[in-house]
Amino acid sequence: MSRREDRAGSAGPASAAVASPSANPVLRGLRPVISLRRITKVYRMGDIEVTALTGVSLDVVGGELLAVMGASGSGKSTMMNILGCLDTPSSGRYLLDGVDVRRLDESVLARVRNRKIGFVFQSFNLIPRTSAVANVEMPLAYAGVSPKERRARAMFALEEVGLADRAHHLPSELSGGQQQRAAVARAIATNPSLVLADEPTGNLDSRSTHEIMDIFARLNDAGRTVVLITHEPEVAELTRRIVRLRDGSVLSDESTAGEHLHASNMGEDTRMGAV
Amino acid sequence: MSWLENIRIALRGLNANKLRSSLTVLGILIGVGAVIILVAVGTGSSQAVQNRIKALGTNTITVLGTGRFGRGPATTGTQSRAATLTAADVSLLQDKNEAPDVLTVSPVISTSVTATNGSATSTMTVTGTTPTYTGASDFQVQAGRNLTSADITQHARVAVVGQTLISDLFSPGSNPIGSVISLGSAQVQIIGVLATKGTTGANDPNAVAIIPYTTAEDRLTGYSASFSELIVQSQSAGDINAAESEVASVLAGANHTTVSALPFRFLNEGSLLSTSQSTNQTFTVLLGAVAAISLLVGGIGIMNIMLVTVTERTREIGIRKAIGAPKSAILGQFLTEAVILSLIGGVVGVIVGVVGSHFKIIGVQPVLSWQSIVEAFGVAVAVGVFFGFYPANRAASMRPIDALRYE
Repeated sequence: MSRREDRAGSAGPASAAVASPSANPVLRGLRPVISLRRITKVYRMGDIEVTALTGVSLDVVGGELLAVMGASGSGKSTMMNILGCLDTPSSGRYLLDGVDVRRLDESVLARVRNRKIGFVFQSFNLIPRTSAVANVEMPLAYAGVSPKERRARAMFALEEVGLADRAHHLPSELSGGQQQRAAVARAIATNPSLVLADEPTGNLDSRSTHEIMDIFARLNDAGRTVVLITHEPEVAELTRRIVRLRDGSVLSDESTAGEHLHASNMGEDTRMGAV
Repeated sequence: MSWLENIRIALRGLNANKLRSSLTVLGILIGVGAVIILVAVGTGSSQAVQNRIKALGTNTITVLGTGRFGRGPATTGTQSRAATLTAADVSLLQDKNEAPDVLTVSPVISTSVTATNGSATSTMTVTGTTPTYTGASDFQVQAGRNLTSADITQHARVAVVGQTLISDLFSPGSNPIGSVISLGSAQVQIIGVLATKGTTGANDPNAVAIIPYTTAEDRLTGYSASFSELIVQSQSAGDINAAESEVASVLAGANHTTVSALPFRFLNEGSLLSTSQSTNQTFTVLLGAVAAISLLVGGIGIMNIMLVTVTERTREIGIRKAIGAPKSAILGQFLTEAVILSLIGGVVGVIVGVVGSHFKIIGVQPVLSWQSIVEAFGVAVAVGVFFGFYPANRAASMRPIDALRYE
């Protein structure tokens, strides 16, 4: 996993609904972890059909740190749900590690979600009345890890996000930032290669945003592919590739050469609007 | 995800809604308890009736003579005569070749007399019979002795008397054995006292004096050469029907007629018992069925509460699925919760049922049957699985994205 390489290409302002060639690492010979091909998604609400995605094609190679931006209703959450195998596209192909997920049945998808993907939600989505460490253990339990090893790995994941000292607190006893850190620990507990985050900092203040983005940077440094949705330009600027969606299709796909996320770049004076 | 963890998760879920969980458990508890108690009441009343019938002697057949019930004489061709139960019939029936399943035959002449001892009087039944009568009629000689064959042949003026007669004619504490009392016009000496026997109906079975039938003919009824009834004992309770048909064919032969034309009535205690048994069984099944309906209602309660739980925890289901819970894990989690509810209800219901069955209910002492306990408990758990499956399956089949979006 060499994330240095994909910093090379610098994209101009893309105008087409197709990924700009220079930002597309596949064209540079790298095997994509995620490959979306003309994905569409149509929701049916009674008699009304709502088109969320009108044909998105996107490739993400291993080790990328990518931000998906777009206005509300642009289809970015729908795309994230499809990437996380939580939802299925209406048409088009989604290859995850070269495997077409449409051909996988429910139980295999569950295993894929468990082993390959770590999902972080805007609203943390920790299970209430269950301690932080128990929440982190949960995916390991579904993976069939023994209770003893589970606890050790969960504690390790909590240490990685700096929450080991609050491991036995209930979610209601944790601050928003701490809850999100526990959620990140849960996402990485099974050691997935792909971390998906749907507005992970959307409910956090600037300090917690800093902490969470710092963690994502370190995860990415360790070779994990991180895809995050955000509508905060300051957060997006810290990644190295920004995909913008509008009305269900890719508006632009550009590399952000200079300001790639690194812990040292996250000065205390960085103002990131706490929404 | 091991089943132990499923149980832990389920208990935590149930604990979060204590009142709701305990009300649901109550539904199953009442159902299981009701099944156990009502079946015990049914079994208890059935046993009470059977014990009363058994007091009559389960292996006896009573052959009733004609005169008593006013039956017409048997007609066989041109010859017409009243068929009666005679001493000859008794000796024929005692023949092991003719009636191998017959153990004893006791002829009975009975009449109602006033017994007197000094100034004390008592109205009672005098039964003229043979020594085997006490055994056949389930009487027990408490003190003194039973009649003997010698008493019969010697026309002895002796009597074995019941407790009612003792209490009516003698002051408490005095020993009646050896005393001479009057039975109507006959003077008899008391040689034995019978133990108290349970009542079977309006008649007091203890207001009785048993005397040799020869004495009865001599002193009370006059010699008529016929008996009012025969008490036939079969070798065992299982032989009773065979014994009855043997008796019938022997009597038919002796009276030159067919079994169907025989003018005697047969009261078979065994068939009486089995009739009452089947009646009581129906009664018990009916009671059990009513109780089972409440168990079913309890099951619907489980389903109802599990549907609410699944709806409430839709988001949790979504989260679990998003982090990789397979369908089977979600199914197991909610099914475990439902089964735990029914299991707790079943266990407490069994306790309530067992304790409740120790009290007399509407005059019946319930008799616990292990079968009903096991069945009620088993059905309760099955109800939990059955009614828990639909909600659990609903949870397991949710699409993760829909579950996550649920508000």
